[in-house]
Amino acid sequence: MKLKAKEGKGVSYLGILIAFLALCVVISFASPYFLTPSNLLNITQQISTNFFIAIGMTFIILIGGIDLSVGSIVALDGLLMALMMKNLNMPSLLTMILGLLIGALIGLVTGLLITIFDLPAFISTLGMMYVVRGAAYTVTGGQPVYTFPESFLAIMSRVNGVPVIMLIIMVIVFAVAAYVLKYTRYGRYIYAIGGNRNCAKLSGINVKKVECIAYVINGFCCGISAIILMARLDSAVPTNADGAEMDAIAAVVIGGTSMSGGEGHLVGTLIGVLIIGVIANGMNLLNISQGMQKVVKGAIIVLAVIVDVMRRKRSATVKA
Amino acid sequence: MAEPYVLKMSNITKRFPGVLALDHVSLQVKKGEVHALLGENGAGKSTLMKILAGAYVKDEGEIELFSQKTELGTPRIAEELGVGIIYQELNLIPTLTVAENIFLGRYQMSNAVKIDWKQLYEEADKLLAELDVDVKSTDYVKNLRIAQQQMVEVAKALSMNAKIIVMDEPTSPLTEKETQNLFRIIRKLKAEEISIIYISHRLEEVMEICDRATVMRDGCTIQELNIADTNMDEIIRLMVGRELKDKYPRIEKEIGEEIFRVEGICAGPKVNDISFSIRAGEVLCLGGLVGAGRTETARAIFGLDKKTAGKIWLDGKECVIHSSRDAIDAGIGYVTEDRKGEGLVLKLSVGENITLASLTQFCHGPHLNLKAEETSILDYVEKLKIKTPSVYQKVENLSGGNQQKVVLAKWLLSDCKVLILDEPTRGIDVGAKIEVYNLINDMTKAGKAVLAITSEIPELLGICDRVMVMSRGRVTGFLERDEADQESIMRLAVGAEEAMKGMAS
Repeated sequence: MKLKAKEGKGVSYLGILIAFLALCVVISFASPYFLTPSNLLNITQQISTNFFIAIGMTFIILIGGIDLSVGSIVALDGLLMALMMKNLNMPSLLTMILGLLIGALIGLVTGLLITIFDLPAFISTLGMMYVVRGAAYTVTGGQPVYTFPESFLAIMSRVNGVPVIMLIIMVIVFAVAAYVLKYTRYGRYIYAIGGNRNCAKLSGINVKKVECIAYVINGFCCGISAIILMARLDSAVPTNADGAEMDAIAAVVIGGTSMSGGEGHLVGTLIGVLIIGVIANGMNLLNISQGMQKVVKGAIIVLAVIVDVMRRKRSATVKA
Repeated sequence: MAEPYVLKMSNITKRFPGVLALDHVSLQVKKGEVHALLGENGAGKSTLMKILAGAYVKDEGEIELFSQKTELGTPRIAEELGVGIIYQELNLIPTLTVAENIFLGRYQMSNAVKIDWKQLYEEADKLLAELDVDVKSTDYVKNLRIAQQQMVEVAKALSMNAKIIVMDEPTSPLTEKETQNLFRIIRKLKAEEISIIYISHRLEEVMEICDRATVMRDGCTIQELNIADTNMDEIIRLMVGRELKDKYPRIEKEIGEEIFRVEGICAGPKVNDISFSIRAGEVLCLGGLVGAGRTETARAIFGLDKKTAGKIWLDGKECVIHSSRDAIDAGIGYVTEDRKGEGLVLKLSVGENITLASLTQFCHGPHLNLKAEETSILDYVEKLKIKTPSVYQKVENLSGGNQQKVVLAKWLLSDCKVLILDEPTRGIDVGAKIEVYNLINDMTKAGKAVLAITSEIPELLGICDRVMVMSRGRVTGFLERDEADQESIMRLAVGAEEAMKGMAS
């Protein structure tokens, strides 16, 4: 029997890609301003926070976990970096590196809580969400910190209005994350653990180590997000990235990653981030109220999952 | 006949994809008798009882309950007709009280909203008092011992006015004293003209408590017996006496030096001082009844369960095995009995499953060489004749036999020297079984040592070079291939139980 290796390698994100393009078409008809270059750049900046968090969240959800503390990590990490620069006069580059490490470190704490004490991810990250957010309020007594050195803000510098450095970082982070998931042993282990923990363990995979590292990666991504957000707003506030965990989870889920783990990919997440960003932007352009925007966002999340569940059911019945 | 039949199942046939589970089976139970349903693992007892419980629907045959023809079909109908089943895995909700469990789903309401708790607990107490058991209706089920939980199941069956109660291996988790108490309850039920269908591997208990018996084998009814007119030897012969069909391919092979040795492994109550060795190219079959501790032994060797004592040698070197990684690195592979639960990641592709335990082979630093991986996968898919449209097919879409071949490919690729196979042909069709046997032959030809756990004695005899039998967590004997037959294995598997009881009391 001659096997064709490539057969059956389906593109499962085609559906949401079409949905995304359709959405763009609809909004561009409703608002002529939507497709202008300045608005597109606007969208790119608006989605940047969620972009990095959602990449980390993809690792977490693929492995069968969840992280509710990401928004809190972004806020605390940002404030700590702000204090380093303002109070300790640390150079910008060192601050950024430390900021990334702090994010990774908080992720490590979460990962250890989950793996050492066998806590459900939902509970431990819910706890971390409060603890870290509380810490964010505490470090500056609830006060915001403004105006950072030019060298720090340079990360958002624009050439002809295009935030080139930020875009390059986005491309690099996405490429590295996609590479890790597809072309490394570690990435394969994430899918295996999310798909069937017992089998993964039996196949010699150190499940707890892989899981713990996933939370570190996630924390690191929050660190990147914190740097970009700070530089974009030129401020750090304890309420920053409030509710960011929900946007990240929504993006991952809309992107077709299964909440039970083991199935999904970063391209889906990217489209999920874009959909959420475009909807928010489009509704702003159309002067739809904040309340109504939330209603629409919620409806789209549910709709995306319904479509996904139906698709899975259909493929299951075809098999039987 | 004085007592009328309360249950007549005649010519029941049930097919599963690729398997004829029941072939014109008949079972007749009289009013107020304890009727034993006997047979080896896989003889079809459970399937027959699931039909009686309404969990499966028969393909052919007739069922007559209390002289009424009926179709059963759903568990609800069976319950309403007076059939109660107490499964081996008890079906209670641990966090609810005894009374809440007994009347689950049938709560008496005092009005449209409120449950009449007072009456509920009173009725539960009445039932428990009738049974004369030391359980209170307000106890939480999770705080009860298994034996007490069984009594709750009995009370539940009685509360539904069950006239026929099926007990599936009720005594396997019980101590001697609890068993006697269960028998007291059974006699009491019998006196109230309730019929009991009693499934057990423990023949001495069957001799003690049962009136009549039906012996099944290979999905057929073999004989109906009066317990008073028979003895254990006859029952064993009826249970196992069958010709080996020519479905076990044998090859000429060299059996080499000892390469694998296990000494004095202990791990929990089901693995007690297990020692054995296997030579290169040899298949050591591990026989015994379900629950004898065979799977637990395999898990302990493979590092999945913690060992409290014992040593393992491979190729003359002692291996310290604390995790499955250690075991794989040492050169041991383990095909589990639970293919979907532990053997495969169903959502991943055929290829990804095959390489899961050996990804290091395709790694250069952190980079995974997908091309080399694919070449290797295609090689194994071809070698094992795995039928799949592509190596990217999700493994959940494959048939059971092909799934099992994927699991075998995984361990062959990991280049193990010792392969543990736990029920390697469970749930796969006859053709695929033979392919698996051929693969086992290929492996032994290549000098691997195989430890095969199988509950089907004909299969065991068909593939073994030597047999080790376990009972209640201990090794009860070794048999060379020419000494091993169905009766000698069965004797070691059940006979030891008597000896153990003698020692315990």
